[in-house]
Amino acid sequence: MNVTREKNIKNKPLIISDGCCIQYGDSSALDDVTFSISEGKKVAVVGPNGGGKSTLFNAIAGLLPLAHGSLKIKGMDPHEAKGLVSYVPQKDLINWNFSLAVKDVVEMGLTNKNSFNLFSRKKINEKIKDSLNNVGLLHKINENINNLSGGQLQRVLIARALAQNADILLLDEAFSAVDVGAQEDIMQLINSINLDGKTVLIATHDINNLEEKFDEVLCLNRHCCAFGDPSEVLTEEVIQEMYGSHNEMFKNHFKNNHRVTNDN
Amino acid sequence: MKCLKTISKIITELLMIIEYILEPFKYDFMIRSIITAASSGIMLSALGPFTINRNMGFMADAMAHATLPIIAVGVFLGFSISELGVPASIIIAFFLGYIVKNINIGEDTAIGIIFSSFFALGFVLISVLDVTINLEDLLFGQILAVSTFDTYIVGSLLFIVLSVLIIFFKQLLFFSFDPIGAEVNGLNTTFLNYLFLIVLSVAIVGSLQTVGIILVLSMLIIPAAAAKLVTKTFVNSIRISIVFGVTASVTGLYLSYFFNLPSGPTMSLVATGIFILAYVSNRLINKNTANLVPIEEET
Repeated sequence: MNVTREKNIKNKPLIISDGCCIQYGDSSALDDVTFSISEGKKVAVVGPNGGGKSTLFNAIAGLLPLAHGSLKIKGMDPHEAKGLVSYVPQKDLINWNFSLAVKDVVEMGLTNKNSFNLFSRKKINEKIKDSLNNVGLLHKINENINNLSGGQLQRVLIARALAQNADILLLDEAFSAVDVGAQEDIMQLINSINLDGKTVLIATHDINNLEEKFDEVLCLNRHCCAFGDPSEVLTEEVIQEMYGSHNEMFKNHFKNNHRVTNDN
Repeated sequence: MKCLKTISKIITELLMIIEYILEPFKYDFMIRSIITAASSGIMLSALGPFTINRNMGFMADAMAHATLPIIAVGVFLGFSISELGVPASIIIAFFLGYIVKNINIGEDTAIGIIFSSFFALGFVLISVLDVTINLEDLLFGQILAVSTFDTYIVGSLLFIVLSVLIIFFKQLLFFSFDPIGAEVNGLNTTFLNYLFLIVLSVAIVGSLQTVGIILVLSMLIIPAAAAKLVTKTFVNSIRISIVFGVTASVTGLYLSYFFNLPSGPTMSLVATGIFILAYVSNRLINKNTANLVPIEEET
């Protein structure tokens, strides 16, 4: 495994996973995952469906216990580090039986165990406006969430995470069900969030141009296939290990050849 | 002179109509019934949007049916249904919440087993213990029989439900839409889940005398479903759901008084009427706006 661990440790590690194993009942969802992510990094988490991307995010967010190994966030166990991590879940995981105003969705990011509906709204409204301004959707503050496009909804959920003001941002399938233009907008937004010093982890199926978009890549297929600089770790063996028989589909994405090319 | 006579006649007829409308207020039992019906209407319809949003309609129905054995034992021991309200609610909320979470056979399956078995147990206990309960009143409600004590109890339960909703509104809202996000943000989701189950159970048990075990679901779900059709956001749907819930319960009670109808079923039918009106309005508005509102450009 090609790991840039030493470099990261020098750069003030924020998330350290050492032999982390997660199980659902008796079956192992992730086995022996070791990596170290420094503050301010932009990390892509790639792998096939069922490869453990969401499972890892749930563990980092403190939602799943570890079966073995250790996972530390700023030296703390994940369940102690709540508040340091904000999570943008897959859109389908949110109940949208009823609709909400955009401002109500963003306000969720400001809601914690001490949020009782008894205090002044002035500060809350200011923070909601700031967060929406950061994602370029301040003009949609009173809009119904059902009237937004997939890309806009993703940006509102990112605004919700920004309102929480956590150090680490986890985005699960941030680019799914949005068109290419909206993906570019979201990537630009993530870059600006990253420039503000936040550490961003994105689970994605898109392994095109990872070395241009991300500082590091974590390759998962129920175990850690590789972790490190995308231009170094995405080798043919790693792609084979991740996608197995579907390896052919990604034959143009190997080390130093990450762009889609036309064989003809 | 003739004009004055006509005006006088109209005023007299109007006064008669008003007197006729206000007639129920001459009777103490009707005043108690109206207050109790309105309290139940507010409690249930305020919780309705949360229940629908979390797809908990079946769970709520199971809660209502699971009260039967507790009522049977309670009445056998000498308690009234009103006195049993809070303890029964807490027992049901914890029991159902625990079973659904911990027995790994699927939520609907677990609820279905509890629903039917508790209801059956209730009937068996009523027979074995020889408890004197009017089953028809329990199943379909008998609000005209409420005592002053019952009215105070339901009023107190309304106060508890509204207080919890107001104080924990933001947390319950977050948990209702995105339980995973709520947990990541540090909310105690187990506490919120049981808190909601308890207030839902309190509202259901507190409304048994109003609409009964079978029909309590209609007053929980229908006003909220109608509100969903005519509002754009969750917060507004709660407000409108309360208006619909109170309208259905009080109007239903009035109609049952004037036309000598069973009160619980009449309330349910009025709620259904409100839902049909909301549905038709929603269709008409959507039809009109579809032609008028331009598609908004993505920004």
